[in-house]
Amino acid sequence: MLVFVLRRLAQAIAVMLAVAFMAFMLFQYVGDPVTHLLGQDATPAQREQLRADLGLDQPFPVQFARFVGNAVQGEFGLSLRQGQKVSTLLLERFPATLELASVAALMALSVGIPMGVYAALKRGTVMSQILMTVSLLGVSLPTFLIGILLILVFAVQLQWLPSFGRGEVISLGPWTTGLATLDGWKHLVLPATTLAVFQLTLIMRLVRAEMLEVLRSDFIRFARARGLPDRLVYFGHALKNTLVPVITITGLQLGSLIAFSIITEQVFQWPGMGLLFIQAVAFADVPVMAAYLCLIALVFVCINLVVDLLYFMVDPRLRADTSSVGKSM
Amino acid sequence: MNPSHLVSIILGLALAAGAAQAVTLRVANQGDALSMDPHSLNESLQLTFTGNVYEPLVARDKQLGLAPGLATRWTQPKPNVWRFELRRGVKFHDGTPFTADDVVFSLGRAGPGSDMQGYTNTFKEVRKLDEHTVEIETQAPFPILPDVLTQVYVMSKKWCEDNKAQAPVDRRKGIENAASFKANGTGPFRLKERQPGARTVLVRHGAYWDKIESNVTEVVFTPIGNAATRVAALLSGEVDVIEPVPLQDVERIKASPKLKVMQGPELRTIFLGMDQKRDELLFSNVKGKNPFKDKRVRQAFYQAIDIETIKSRVMRGAALPTGLMVGPGIRGFSPEQNKRLPYDPEAAKKLLAEAGYPGGFEVALNCPNDRYVNDADICQAVAANLARIGVKVGLQTETKVTYFPKILRRDTSFYLLGWTPSTYDSHNALSALMATPTEKGQGQFNLGAYSNPKVDELTLKIQSETDQARRNALIKEAFDLHTADIGHLPLHQQSLAWAMKKSVTLVQLADNFMPYKWVTLDDKAK
Repeated sequence: MLVFVLRRLAQAIAVMLAVAFMAFMLFQYVGDPVTHLLGQDATPAQREQLRADLGLDQPFPVQFARFVGNAVQGEFGLSLRQGQKVSTLLLERFPATLELASVAALMALSVGIPMGVYAALKRGTVMSQILMTVSLLGVSLPTFLIGILLILVFAVQLQWLPSFGRGEVISLGPWTTGLATLDGWKHLVLPATTLAVFQLTLIMRLVRAEMLEVLRSDFIRFARARGLPDRLVYFGHALKNTLVPVITITGLQLGSLIAFSIITEQVFQWPGMGLLFIQAVAFADVPVMAAYLCLIALVFVCINLVVDLLYFMVDPRLRADTSSVGKSM
Repeated sequence: MNPSHLVSIILGLALAAGAAQAVTLRVANQGDALSMDPHSLNESLQLTFTGNVYEPLVARDKQLGLAPGLATRWTQPKPNVWRFELRRGVKFHDGTPFTADDVVFSLGRAGPGSDMQGYTNTFKEVRKLDEHTVEIETQAPFPILPDVLTQVYVMSKKWCEDNKAQAPVDRRKGIENAASFKANGTGPFRLKERQPGARTVLVRHGAYWDKIESNVTEVVFTPIGNAATRVAALLSGEVDVIEPVPLQDVERIKASPKLKVMQGPELRTIFLGMDQKRDELLFSNVKGKNPFKDKRVRQAFYQAIDIETIKSRVMRGAALPTGLMVGPGIRGFSPEQNKRLPYDPEAAKKLLAEAGYPGGFEVALNCPNDRYVNDADICQAVAANLARIGVKVGLQTETKVTYFPKILRRDTSFYLLGWTPSTYDSHNALSALMATPTEKGQGQFNLGAYSNPKVDELTLKIQSETDQARRNALIKEAFDLHTADIGHLPLHQQSLAWAMKKSVTLVQLADNFMPYKWVTLDDKAK
């Protein structure tokens, strides 16, 4: 067990280093923040001076080594754009993104699973056909279009919900939450829905496919043969077995919800990390971009690690495998 | 009458009065002021926002003319000395009285290490004569000093010292600064709440030294980067004013009975520049020579551009075609000089043939796609225009983040640029765009290295000429030379487009500043 965990940890560190390296290499080509830092009247000498002061004239390996050295201590330097600590900026924005992603994930689960079950059980009916068609639309429509359409209908035409921002937030120490106020919830509905649509349809189609698969299996037939009522067969046996892969996928999707909320945050001016990243890109704010990418990589690595460990505990075959490896070592 | 009844009536009246007085103005802009420190960044959005909290010695009026600010009067005892009499009885938001020490401190703070040093680098010394008089000595006579000072805001010396913010934030050393998030100015509004990138709230400063021509008690400023979201926020009534309005949405907003659009010319002039220095262009199929060194080629390009169609199709009417490198509102601009060469593709073809390119040639055009209004579309239209005279343009559009470093390296043969003279004076355009590039920073944005020794000489003279009439004559002469040389191809001044509820009254300034002290919200019209 310990060997397995250590090996996974070593892999995780290697992945993080690789991501940091690629992220940092990319930024060598995204442009020069010095042009934006200094006004139009600055002289070339002043630009050169600033570039030297910021260390941007150093060779790439030196810059990278310094970046990793600081990053390990949780220090990403000062945002070139805002003159604020990058770690502070990310911490300020993290609650907004996490709340948005969690609510979207909950929406996707609570609507997607019942819809998937329905579509599987009532296969061939008109209603389930409609659900399947609509879900195709949900998978294929780009996120920004869904967002703009929602804004147009619910904010501009009906004026039921606000179109941008996070609304009223309450501070609990360093954490700000919009979940404690009605205004915060109102602001959350449209962006969360936008973000949830893709996941929702994904989950629905997944549940349907898995459910159909399970319904064909022998133990369901035996259950039927034993004369168990439909309700118990469907929800007690079939659904339970369907949910295992669904939960795995959902776990992984939570990571991508956080990572890919960029577009939703941009459309709804949601003050989260994605919006911070977009603003940083437009300014070539290298410290913020590098820190953001590393953080997202960390989220994925952690989720994968947890998933792997869960598998390890759930699946006895894996355990047998590693223990034999352990013996041979 | 029952006493408790009376109390409740009084309370009710007080509440009603309070409700009637609270007027909140909600403004959405495409970007955010990056810092509350008025000396940290020389950028118009930053300066227009902090300009509500902080004030300069010399202010601007509604026509962009000079007006008394924290100084009531200024004189020029010697050609290189300016004397300012400071306003008495002014208090900072924290109650500290405003004195000459604050001015000396602030002008020093806006010096080396500050992004505003371009405004102060001509200063030799800033002296306090007494509590309410300050003298600025410049290295050479500097006639436009009051103009320059309009963008340098005054901070409280004591507050900066108490908050350890004696200098603007230094990103190089990784030190944060309290002045980035907090503010203490003398302006008509106080900073109440600051969430960078999300929301900034100002409230009216009750003890302001002047009458505030506005009924606004609170301003909520929100950056909304996405244009469609910004327009939606206005249409749904969640904000009162948005800026800018995307050109394609102007008609739609005008059609709404509750909203209006204000458009006006901006000080920024958009133009094309050509490499006139290298003996062979970097990005062209002409080898061994540089076609742009031939004035006939430059004129052919000029006359091939159909500016009226660009105005009507690309800019949807929101542009002012120009023949000069500066627009109305910049000192030294003269309407009679503002004439374009006629659009004439046939004449252009003939000029090209005379210059030895009867079949035209190929050249790359560099263009930003997120800096000026419809910048990439303008370049596309220009490319189409030039195709008609046989010039094949390889269009390269990219984001401003990569565009500006590239063209500043002179890594271009043909480029699009926009320029607003930061001093509101023609000298800045002459010096930055038209003078021969030197090590000292002159001609820094003259990316094609246009060069005319006579223009250089005039530019130097204009810098220190204090007689206004003579100075204007020199500017005129320099512009005439540049126009005759066809040093650049001026295109137009783009328009500002702001949209707001009909209940909002405000002043639109050509420098894109929006002082909230001139904004009024009429509740009855709501």
